[in-house]
Amino acid sequence: MNPFRHLFVLLFVVCAISALTLTPVTEPNAQSTIDKPLENPADEARALALHKLLRCLVCQNQSISDSNAELARDLRMLVRQRIGSGDSDEETIAYIVDRYGDWVLLDPPVKSTTYVLWFGPVGIFLLALIGVILFLRRSRIQPATPVASLSTEEEAKLKSMLADRDGTDK
Amino acid sequence: MRLGYVIPFVLFFALAVALYVGLGLKPRDIPSALIDKPVPEFNLPPVKDHDKGLKTADLKNGEVSLVNVFASWCGPCRVEHPVFMALSKTGEVALHGINYKDDPDNASNWLARYGNPYTRAGADRNGRVGIDWGVYGVPETFVVDQGGRIRYKHVGVMTQEILDKRIMPLVRKLKSKQ
Repeated sequence: MNPFRHLFVLLFVVCAISALTLTPVTEPNAQSTIDKPLENPADEARALALHKLLRCLVCQNQSISDSNAELARDLRMLVRQRIGSGDSDEETIAYIVDRYGDWVLLDPPVKSTTYVLWFGPVGIFLLALIGVILFLRRSRIQPATPVASLSTEEEAKLKSMLADRDGTDK
Repeated sequence: MRLGYVIPFVLFFALAVALYVGLGLKPRDIPSALIDKPVPEFNLPPVKDHDKGLKTADLKNGEVSLVNVFASWCGPCRVEHPVFMALSKTGEVALHGINYKDDPDNASNWLARYGNPYTRAGADRNGRVGIDWGVYGVPETFVVDQGGRIRYKHVGVMTQEILDKRIMPLVRKLKSKQ
């Protein structure tokens, strides 16, 4: 039996329960919008490129271009409308960020609140590197510390022990 | 004990605490970009068979208000509905509704059947106003201050406990700041 099976079942149950507590905007209804491409192919290409940059708020790890959620469809049409009415790519993205925050960007911007996100991993790596270097340097230095030499008495004892051993071995 | 031996333990515990806190976070709760911003410009017609729609000016009339985004197709909305019915009876705070992407007949029937707790209820049939409010899952509830600024957003079912412990204290605080 696969030991991970129970984990999967558990995960499934947890997902199902969390899905029940909040209804994502996916239900079909009378006012469903449909994906109608823009007439100008260049504009449509721009819209499609922007769709890939925006995160779906319902299926959180998909872009609105990949998601079937109704809200994602609404946002796809919203992007087309903004572009159709002459907005630049930046203006269109800003329009949506104003409403949903930086969270909707799959590529989060570098700013003071996201420094930890962007530079944290590099920082942790550098810390680890420094730690390793210090550790290695210390372990190389340590054997060089002088070891107290044996007294003449100990020297004699060692010699007799070695002689003893050599004798029995042969 | 030497400092060199203590540091790894401290780092380990710091990481463990950070990860433990992370486990408790709900990734579904997306921080609202609209907190402390004025409510968007909008003007919604009333829900079918009702006479008061909802528009921006209604939320800038010097009253603290709650705005609840609901729909007849939304199961959790049914769960939180009695909480709002009870709240509307107390009359302590104005409660308005945005009926999100709903069929007019269904919305009207839903309010007739379970009761209408809203002073004003606007019908957002195509969901555009919902997008302007940053709505991504129904139900959502906003606290709006006297000047029409969004002060708090709750995503998901409104329970009596959340209302008593988080929403109403904020409403009272805002009211006291007339």
